[in-house]
Amino acid sequence: MYNGGKIIVGLVVFIALFAFPFYYNIGKAMEKPEPKTDTPAILQWEKEHGKKECVESKEFMRSEHMQLLNDWRDSVVRNGDRIYTNAAGKQFTMSLQNTCMNCHSNKKEFCDKCHNYMAVKPYCWGCHIQPKENKS
Amino acid sequence: MSVNRRQFLKIAGVSTVLGLGGATVLNGLKRGGLEATQLSPDPRALTAKRWGFVVDVSKLKTEADYQRCIDACHNIHNVPDHGNPKDEVKWIWKDTYEHTFPTTTESEFMNKELKEKNFLLLCNHCDEPACVRVCPTQATFKRKDGIVMQDMHRCIGCRFCMAACPFGARSFNYRDPRPKIKIENKEFPTRMIGVVEKCTFCYERIAKGLPPACAEASNGAIVFGDLEDPNSEARKIIASKFTVRRKPELGTQPSIYYVIGGHENA
Repeated sequence: MYNGGKIIVGLVVFIALFAFPFYYNIGKAMEKPEPKTDTPAILQWEKEHGKKECVESKEFMRSEHMQLLNDWRDSVVRNGDRIYTNAAGKQFTMSLQNTCMNCHSNKKEFCDKCHNYMAVKPYCWGCHIQPKENKS
Repeated sequence: MSVNRRQFLKIAGVSTVLGLGGATVLNGLKRGGLEATQLSPDPRALTAKRWGFVVDVSKLKTEADYQRCIDACHNIHNVPDHGNPKDEVKWIWKDTYEHTFPTTTESEFMNKELKEKNFLLLCNHCDEPACVRVCPTQATFKRKDGIVMQDMHRCIGCRFCMAACPFGARSFNYRDPRPKIKIENKEFPTRMIGVVEKCTFCYERIAKGLPPACAEASNGAIVFGDLEDPNSEARKIIASKFTVRRKPELGTQPSIYYVIGGHENA
């Protein structure tokens, strides 16, 4: 092998640099995102109804909220149907700005917590106005 | 009991259809998607077969009358004011007789007042909308109630609709509209750079049982109603007075009618 020494040194340096993020983070667990549901509106609801509840169950919302929002959007914009009846028979107005964010007025502590963790960037807020929050 | 061939085939056919149909329905439910029955219209919503406006030009006398209608619309819909005509975004606006009815034969001795008058213009919500035909993503579409709607989620900003619309009713967001919105209505979304927007006949207000904002602010100059309903106020005015529409010869069947005249001699 010509220039064997140089190649091997080069490879070692390359691998060391390439793998840097892996061994740098060894043993450090990324903090699990915990979206907060402690806005005044939600606490008020809890006081009145005895429990925190969303338009559907927590598990459903966790896994299916993106599909639910898509369906809501199509229903409202394209069909003009604006009332959603959930599994328990309760009715809600389908509106991101006026229904979802009315309770979840803490976008930074709620939406962004998981979205940043998962590195997803939904483009809702290019048009929809997000609630005013204290910048901290 | 004996079954003849005809009866046998009937039973076999029906059970095949039921079997296939049943399986599809069951599979559909298992997916966990939303069912159609979960979504329903607001009971307060105003309904019609074809919404339209009748604009009585004689009732819009001063600049303030026009501005009141324009502001009512632009303020609640977060329409930006860029302050220059090149980037202008407008849902409802005013323009001269010549620009409003360019193909109408004007007479040499026509009413000077009328010729120099401004007209209140907006999307015509045509029955045969040219913009809908050219939209490659079906972002703009015609609703069952005749409103020509714009789905901002689908708009790719190709501006075919702007080229197709003979009335100049569509505006493109050449710049970010957010910083140029004077009064922000928290209940309505804004738009983003690169999409086309226009009047939506206040679909969000109609869904709550409210009249369109410009009609409400016009002090009776704008009457809105169902053009397919012969008993609606709009139809009664059209039946009793002389009305014109913009560029009817293009065959787009605009749903905005203008009552011209209104003077003692008219």
